[in-house]
Amino acid sequence: MKIIVSVKQVPARDSSLRAGSDGKRLDETDLTYEMNEPDAYALEEALQLKEKLGGEVVVLSAGPDRVAQTIREALAKGADRAIHVQLNDGTQLDPLAAARLLAKAVEAEKADIVLTGLQSDDLGYGQTGVIMAELLGYAHATIVMEVEPQGDHVRVKRELEDGWFQNVLLPLPVVLTIQSGIKKLRYATLMGIKKAKTKEMKVISSGELQAEFATGLTIERVYVPQRNKQSQIFSGDAKRAAHELAEKLKFEARVI
Amino acid sequence: MSVLVVMEQRDGKLSRMSFEALAAGQQIAGILDVQAQAAVIGYSDNAKIAGVERVFALDDPLLTEYTPDGYTAAIEQLIQAQQPQAVVFPHTYQVRDYAPKLAARLGKVLISDVVAVKAEEASPVFVRQLFQGKLNADVKAASEQQFVSIQAGAFRVSEAPAARAPVERFPVKLDASQIRSKPEAPFREAQRSIDLGAAEVIVSVGRGIKEKDNLPIVEALADVLGAELAASRPICDNGWLPMERQVGSSGQTVSPKVYFAIGISGAIQHLVGMKGSKTVVAINKDENAPIFEAADYGVVGDLFEVVPALVDEIKKVKA
Repeated sequence: MKIIVSVKQVPARDSSLRAGSDGKRLDETDLTYEMNEPDAYALEEALQLKEKLGGEVVVLSAGPDRVAQTIREALAKGADRAIHVQLNDGTQLDPLAAARLLAKAVEAEKADIVLTGLQSDDLGYGQTGVIMAELLGYAHATIVMEVEPQGDHVRVKRELEDGWFQNVLLPLPVVLTIQSGIKKLRYATLMGIKKAKTKEMKVISSGELQAEFATGLTIERVYVPQRNKQSQIFSGDAKRAAHELAEKLKFEARVI
Repeated sequence: MSVLVVMEQRDGKLSRMSFEALAAGQQIAGILDVQAQAAVIGYSDNAKIAGVERVFALDDPLLTEYTPDGYTAAIEQLIQAQQPQAVVFPHTYQVRDYAPKLAARLGKVLISDVVAVKAEEASPVFVRQLFQGKLNADVKAASEQQFVSIQAGAFRVSEAPAARAPVERFPVKLDASQIRSKPEAPFREAQRSIDLGAAEVIVSVGRGIKEKDNLPIVEALADVLGAELAASRPICDNGWLPMERQVGSSGQTVSPKVYFAIGISGAIQHLVGMKGSKTVVAINKDENAPIFEAADYGVVGDLFEVVPALVDEIKKVKA
């Protein structure tokens, strides 16, 4: 079983974010990065499938040089090798352009299962996996909670809305987008970190893949949203803020 | 030319999000100065759709159960026949499953999860959230034909009485061999024993609590208020609280008199589950957390200091 896991590097969850000077993109100075959380669960699912069935886990990521750090983390956790599609710093891809690049890289590998997170925590389009499947001609399922291979098929449990679920049988090869939180994430061991240094990391420039790069949308402006609701905000000393809040809850909102 | 709104039904009933998408579609049609049309797969006569030029009813035995292959092929045929200038969807789990595929097949990008539409010289500009709502982006489609999905709760459904639009059956040509996935019947897991929907006061906790051992801090607040304890998804995923205490799109929808959001950033998946609350109190260390947008009262500060102080204050007030 050959499994490819497509992971994205995104700004760390607690980053304080602001628009850059052109007002059209994120100010990336002083940001730290981490593996997109849903992708970390996709990686975990891939590693557990490999432990059960044998085979190979290949980690795939597109981005500038800094992405190598996230790839090494995936290798340290147990992925066998990696493909880094190198982009220039600051390249912004819409989901179609990103999926075109990644699909080209997958095409050359002939995977049985491609896993990725259901969405990214940065841009949040939630589309890359689905578009990859369309471009590759693979079947797909989204918001997947469980993966059960059955010969040349895979049976997956999908999450629907309002606490409903559904099992779906799909033929291989397949793209699955994985829901966050479905398994416990492993940590990289010291041995894993050491071994990762000897694993293959193939770097491909985006140009080599000859994917169509035209962007389907333009971002006109990035900004901090204005608050619509009249909120009363207290800050500063915690005891004082708590006192003011309790007064409001008693005398204004009349809820305590 | 038209704006085509693809509406979603379950058991013959159109979802609320579909009507919100319709409201967005009507606004986009106004900007483009074209008519709005609607499409429903599995249309039933119970569906009353107004404010559009016509409704296309798409039906085929192969569309009885949702599959991404079937829905993509069917709607692609309608789009090829009608050539709408914009195609608008509700941003439901189902749409997330097939609309990116459909747009990609036509060489377009779906502008997903849109929260507002603005006009700029007779063309629509779409507002999307980035970083779980910490930033917004104004986005324009580069193509003539645009694909957009609309976030839950972002548009107001028109309540004005209007004449029901005429319904036209649109024949689709599907072959069973096109459909690769075999869905089984949807199911629900064990019955919920906790009905948060009936709670008057809810204290809800998120990632900010950092570890399970810190939960007594919020439990103390719930105790002093006589409140039900709830949580955002990551807390339940970690097994720190049972799944049945989860509030949000994949958990319960609640509308208490007071909802305390403690260390919850306020991603949309959480907000849709609690925005019906009468009064919302948010405590978070990040002043830009989207939860403050939904809050009537907020404290920007460290929950590990603010919550114990609040417990003391409430004890004093109640004494």
